[in-house]
Amino acid sequence: MQSAADIVFDAATKTYAGAAEPAVDALSLTVPAGEICVLLGASGCGKTTALTLVNRLTELTSGDIRIDGRSIRDQDVIELRRSIGYVIQQAGLFPHMTIEENIATVPQVLGWKRPRIAERVRELLDLVGLPHKEYGERYPAQLSGGQRQRVGIARALAADPPIMLMDEPFGALDPVTREHMQDEFLRLHEQVRKTTLFVSHDIDEAVRMGDRVAILAKGGKLLQYDSPDRILRAPADDYVARFVGADRGLKALTLRSLGDLELDPPDGEFEASLRTGDTLRTALSALLAAGAERLPVADEAGKTVGCVTVDLIREAA
Amino acid sequence: MSAALLAAVGPRPVIPDFGTVSSCVRDNGLFCVDWFTANFSSVFGPALAQHVRLTVIAVGVGFLIAFPLALFAHFRRALVKPLGGLTSFLYTIPPMALFTLLVPVFGLSVLTAEIALVSYTLMVLFKSSLTGLGEVPEEVRRAGEGMGLTRREILWRIELPLALPAVIGGLRVATVTTISVVEVAAFIIDQGLGSPIIQGLQSPFNTQFIGAGLLAVALALAADGLIVLVGRLLTPWARTRRTV
Repeated sequence: MQSAADIVFDAATKTYAGAAEPAVDALSLTVPAGEICVLLGASGCGKTTALTLVNRLTELTSGDIRIDGRSIRDQDVIELRRSIGYVIQQAGLFPHMTIEENIATVPQVLGWKRPRIAERVRELLDLVGLPHKEYGERYPAQLSGGQRQRVGIARALAADPPIMLMDEPFGALDPVTREHMQDEFLRLHEQVRKTTLFVSHDIDEAVRMGDRVAILAKGGKLLQYDSPDRILRAPADDYVARFVGADRGLKALTLRSLGDLELDPPDGEFEASLRTGDTLRTALSALLAAGAERLPVADEAGKTVGCVTVDLIREAA
Repeated sequence: MSAALLAAVGPRPVIPDFGTVSSCVRDNGLFCVDWFTANFSSVFGPALAQHVRLTVIAVGVGFLIAFPLALFAHFRRALVKPLGGLTSFLYTIPPMALFTLLVPVFGLSVLTAEIALVSYTLMVLFKSSLTGLGEVPEEVRRAGEGMGLTRREILWRIELPLALPAVIGGLRVATVTTISVVEVAAFIIDQGLGSPIIQGLQSPFNTQFIGAGLLAVALALAADGLIVLVGRLLTPWARTRRTV
């Protein structure tokens, strides 16, 4: 098993032929091994270009990108790409191959033996929650959008690459499926810990998925590279503040759960409807909806452990 | 009854006489099954076999020329227009005209017939192959490149299989067209189902040319069906319906 590797952008610049302005302008940032970094920005900000610089679908004009200390310029482009998982918006599954064949593609071209490939395909289908007995022989057209994207992720993980590049992978899904897939991916990431670059234009998705968020403006200029919490609480400038939205205070509440708070002692009169795993935003919403000053909170086992108040949430925010 | 009627129609046509003939043959019925079956092995069978052979060679050779050209044009897009134009030009020449033009050079030979037949298949096969090779959706191509497939692997694993439905469609049209043009080839070579038709047309005996004509229709339908069937076996993904 390969472990994760860090990704270093070192003044990475891309100017397309004939373009006056660079699409990505001297981008420098480091994604530590095993973390998820979301490249966030409006359309046309160069985030997808920045992503594809890593697997050289777009070639650098100047600057460098290093993976685990090795410049991507020094590696064979085919070998480089085979060591990077790549997931795109429409999944891009091969329509004429079964799900199993899709996932087996990279292991096949890498020359793995058949039994090893078969085992790996099964393992991955289980990992993404599609039992191979039921789904292995199907064609992509027989799956839903969410299922196709799961297969896309399994295919990207097939050769156990240390790095994953994900280009708005859930962008084409309906909101409910998207949120579900985001949770699934986070759960998966807990298990496989790949260094992940994740392109998104959706601040909620970025805050949810990212260990770090890089906010890019037109021309691929890096405005802020920080934890989601810092991005929401301390936007670097007006543009970032506008981009993350006027409700950034509420968004920040989603990053913390009641379990993180020092709760007031329980007063034991009501049955607790809130759990320690709920976010502060959920708690605030419950307080407002109930018109209450305080609400009891139970732990995951259902035992009331304390009370939350509007003041407590305000102090924490 | 017949005496008065015969007098009205005039003298009886000269019909093939093989000793004892059925009333159908004697009366020159529209289609005499007994004469047809009796003469199948001597007239219709060989003509059918020749017809199949001429068609298979023409479509086969046509494909062997057109597909590599399409592949070539797929990689060098600048060739699409000139090659497409050339095959279209060959397609516009009427069959009889092309036969006539070739006879002085190659004589009344199978070669002459095949050159003309092949040149008719090129346009359909070239265009359908080229269309097929371009059938790969953009995101599929991008995924293939991004995961580190080489140009050759993308061709073999993705582009060629996805080209199959269009190529098979082209083969259907080319085959059915060739089967009908082979009929006309009988004007220069004494082969195929066109021969009994032409000969049959010169005598008033119906069964010969109607039988050959029916066989040609049946052959076209059968060939088309066979290609569809093979195509289905080769493209199992195209049959699947969305079940979710």
